[in-house]
This record gives sequence, structure tokens and C-alpha cells, in this order.
Amino acid sequence: MGNVLAVAEQRDGALRKVSREVVWAARQLADALGGTVDAVVAGGLGVDAAGAKLGEVGADRVLVASDDAFARYAPDGYAATIAAQAKAGGYAAVIVAATATGRDLAPRLAVQLDVPLATDVTALEVADGKVKATRPVYAGKAIQQVVLDASPALLAIRPNTFTPGQCAKAVTIESIGAVAGAARVRVREVKAAEQGALDVGEASVVVSGGRGLRGPENFFLIENLAKAFGNAAVGASRAVVDAGWRPHADQVGQTGKTVSPQLYIAVGISGAIQHLAGMRTAKVIVAINKDKDAPIFKVADYGIVGDAFEIVPRLTEEIQKMRAG
Amino acid sequence: MKIAVCVKRVPDTETRVKIGADGVSIDEAGVKFVLNPYDEFAVEEALQRKEKAGAGEVVVISLGSDAAQETMRTALAMGADRGILLKADRIPADGLAVAKALAAELKDGAYDLILFGKMAVDDYNHQVGPMTAELLGLPCVTTVAHLEIEGGKGVAEREIEGGVEMVEFALPAVLTCDKGLNTPRYPALKGIMAAKKKPIEVRPAAFGAVRLKATSLVLPPERKEGRIVGEGAGAVPELVRLLQTEAKVL
Repeated sequence: MGNVLAVAEQRDGALRKVSREVVWAARQLADALGGTVDAVVAGGLGVDAAGAKLGEVGADRVLVASDDAFARYAPDGYAATIAAQAKAGGYAAVIVAATATGRDLAPRLAVQLDVPLATDVTALEVADGKVKATRPVYAGKAIQQVVLDASPALLAIRPNTFTPGQCAKAVTIESIGAVAGAARVRVREVKAAEQGALDVGEASVVVSGGRGLRGPENFFLIENLAKAFGNAAVGASRAVVDAGWRPHADQVGQTGKTVSPQLYIAVGISGAIQHLAGMRTAKVIVAINKDKDAPIFKVADYGIVGDAFEIVPRLTEEIQKMRAG
Repeated sequence: MKIAVCVKRVPDTETRVKIGADGVSIDEAGVKFVLNPYDEFAVEEALQRKEKAGAGEVVVISLGSDAAQETMRTALAMGADRGILLKADRIPADGLAVAKALAAELKDGAYDLILFGKMAVDDYNHQVGPMTAELLGLPCVTTVAHLEIEGGKGVAEREIEGGVEMVEFALPAVLTCDKGLNTPRYPALKGIMAAKKKPIEVRPAAFGAVRLKATSLVLPPERKEGRIVGEGAGAVPELVRLLQTEAKVL
């Protein structure tokens, strides 16, 4: 049996982008193992409508566990429901997203299934019938390969690393029972961040600011540039988070987030080793810094030396023009 | 209030990683080791909770080699009361094996609260805390950035992508701590002196089966040499052109 279970993630009934990546990763693994892909979605009533789209990225079947109590993330209930399906389905692998929710859920699944867990996986392969996972450690300063000697192989994949292709499947949708589980904790409320604010861990463009901005009042330059891109998140160096200019949620680096966007723009960030560790897997890196010898230029694909207060507004203008045109 | 804090000895975040001769771990020569930065928030939270309760005990638990005792002394110097070292020559890559060893130690400890850092900055596993909770059958909230506990019940805030979740739980519970929860204190000289006399019990770690093994560790591929597009705002149009036509990311 080489079937794979993909754990899709939804919020407010809408699938999150990472769910397509999880299903796509499951499709690749199932093809290597000669199996099929089941995607499981836990959510509130009506969530099955969202699940149908997962056929586009390779799901053969979408299994929906809907319950009023599942509208918000229910750690114990989600774990019990998905573990029950994982046991019943006899899967070779179970894949979740290494998001705030997935990282909370996957360890619970690991215990309920009594299997080890590989987190933050960036590549997968099958060797001698076993799943091998590649994952960055030391915030990306080194790359570890691990082999999972248990069934199912439980994996949490890093967002933005498995880019979905096309794999149209005639997907069938089935309901599965929602299991309440121990319900030891309850998500009482979700406070949404500022409208439209994107998380640095998930955005395809990240614009980060550092001490070169001289003060929190100048971060509007970074915010404006991020807005000009339309799909960009605002990041920050440890120095400015420690100084209280920006929230920790924005911090990129070894004690913050490790990001892999398509484009990373570092403004006024010198490039301490713990920061570089957090963003070196970006596809393209742009650095703007007044010090031409700053270490950030060693990892940047493109650099501009000079005053961020002149360069960033000009760049914002050019991006706006480009997107308008 | 009796609180356990599980801590790990890790390389300092400024470490330049070199691969060891075994090809699966880092070369530790010349590496400075520290208390895992996220564990500092856990230690601080435990101390503040005990101080607020006016009575109790903070027990620091670590799993690792004898060298981990040095790391535990940092927590003891901050104010923890005593330590337990679950001794192992090597920490397995399998987080479930580590969680089982910790759960075996914690299960009869009658702790009101068991705290972890949200992750260790070496293996990036993000899993030992919630696994330990699940093994013990205790409520668990991960990556806690704000916490209120009153009369045996708690509300924790945790950051999720684009928002914050408010999570209710009852004690005893397991929480993993994020930056922002508090400001960890620096050990004072008096604390450092006192820490030397605080007891650390040493017992062997009981892992059970290790079913996830590291097979290789390599340095990431070097990024190819980039270039300086130019100086000042005048270089912006050329940068945008390169991002569009060469890098193709716009």
C-alpha cells in the first residue's frame, strides 16, 4: 500500500494556499510509491465545498470531517479525527503543512499513531521502500537528511517549497466522522491581524527592514513598498525586533522565521549570520544598504549601495508603475 | 505551584556551522553552547509564576550529555530550584523518542505546569513539547506569546499566520513558549553563586525505539555570486529591469 494522506488546512471555510502544496507533495510521493492521494479537511459545516478544488493538484479523494466544533482549529479533535482516518486508511505517509496549525497538530498525530515526525521538510524521496526527507536545520545553516523507519511516515512540509503543478483528477468527495477527542483545549477566539497583512512565512515577496531605517517611524517606507507589490509581507531583523520597533511575528532569522519567498528585499540590514540563515533559501535576494561591505551583499543576487530613504521610495514608485501598466 | 521547565543545550545562534567527521552532526570544536533562546522564556515564565503564587518549586529538566549541566546552571542561576539531567551521550534525531524519555520522568512529578521553548534552534523540530503533552494526556498550547492563569484555568495567546488564537485550558498543562511572552532576566552574581550549590540529579534517559535517523548533514549550496547593480536611487530602474527579465520574479 503506497497511499498518502494529505492534511489540508482551512480557515473560515476557505482552503489555505499551503493546502495545495501539501496535496501536491502527497501526489509526488504517492506516484513514487504507486499509490493514491486522499486529502482530509477538518472544518465547520459547509467546508466540503472548498475541498473540491484539491483535485486540481492531484487528490483522488477528498475526505471531509465537518462539525460545528471544527469551525476554528480544535487541536484535540482535529488530531483524533485525522489519526482515526490515518489508522483506518493504512497509509504509507501522512503529510501536513509546517504552519502554526500544522506544527501544533503533527506532534499530536505522531503520538496517537506512535510514529516519528519529520518537520519543516523541503524535499522528499523514496529509497529502499522508505521515505527520506530533507530538512534545513540550524535555521538553514545546514541541511539534514533523515530516514523514517515507521508507517505511516509522518511529514510536515515547509510552506512555499513544494510548488504545485497541474494534475487534474476527477476527485470524489466523501464525509468522514468528526471525532471530538479529549477536547482538552479550546480555541475561544481568533483575532485577525490588520486587514490584508500577510505572514512573512507564507508570502511570495518579503520586504524586510533593519537598523538602517533609524527608527520605527520610518518603517512606513517598507510598508509602502510591500503594499506596492500587492502580495508582499513586511519582515524585520532581530535588532529592530529586540529594540521594540516591530513585533516578533515579523522577525526573520534563526530566532524568528525561516522564509523561502520568490523575492526577498533586505533594506538597511547588514546581514548577521543568524539573519542570513533565515532567508538564504529565498529564490532571489535584493539588498539595499549604505555600506558596500555589508555581509548582506555576499548573499544578495542584486544590490544597490546607497541611502534607503532615497532608494526605497523610488523602488516603490517603479513597482507601482509596473503593476499599473 | 510546581513547575517543570524542559531545556536544551544548543550552539549559539552566531555559530558558523561546520560539518563533523561523522557526516551527520556538526563539528563542535570551538562552538559556544548556550541555553536554547526560547527556553529562556520558559524559565522566566516559570519563575514569575512561582513568584506570583508565593510558593512552589521550579525544576529544570534537560536531556543530553554531562555538558548539559552547564546549561542547566544558567537556569538555576536565573532562579530555578533544582535540576534533573536525563543523561544520553547523543540526543536522537527522533523527537518522539526524546518526548518519551521526558514523559517517563515527568509523569509522576505532580507538576501544575510543564514549560518548553517553542523549538530548539539547532534541530528546528518544534515537536518535543506537544508530543510530551500528548503522551502525558495533558492539555497543550504551543507557541504561547501571552498567558493568563487564574484559579487553575488559563488563557494563552498564540500567533498563527495572519492572526492570534486565544486558547483556553485547565491545569495541569504543557505550554511551549515564544519570544514576546516575557523578558528573561540575566542571572545576577548572587544567583550564579547560589546555582553552584543547587542539586542536579542525573539519571539515564529511557528512549525506547529510535525510528527517525539522520543519514547526512551537509552545508547548503552556496548562493551564486550576486552583483551590485549600482549606487543610489538612479540604479532602481535597472534593478526592476533585472528582476523582470533576468530573475523573472516580477
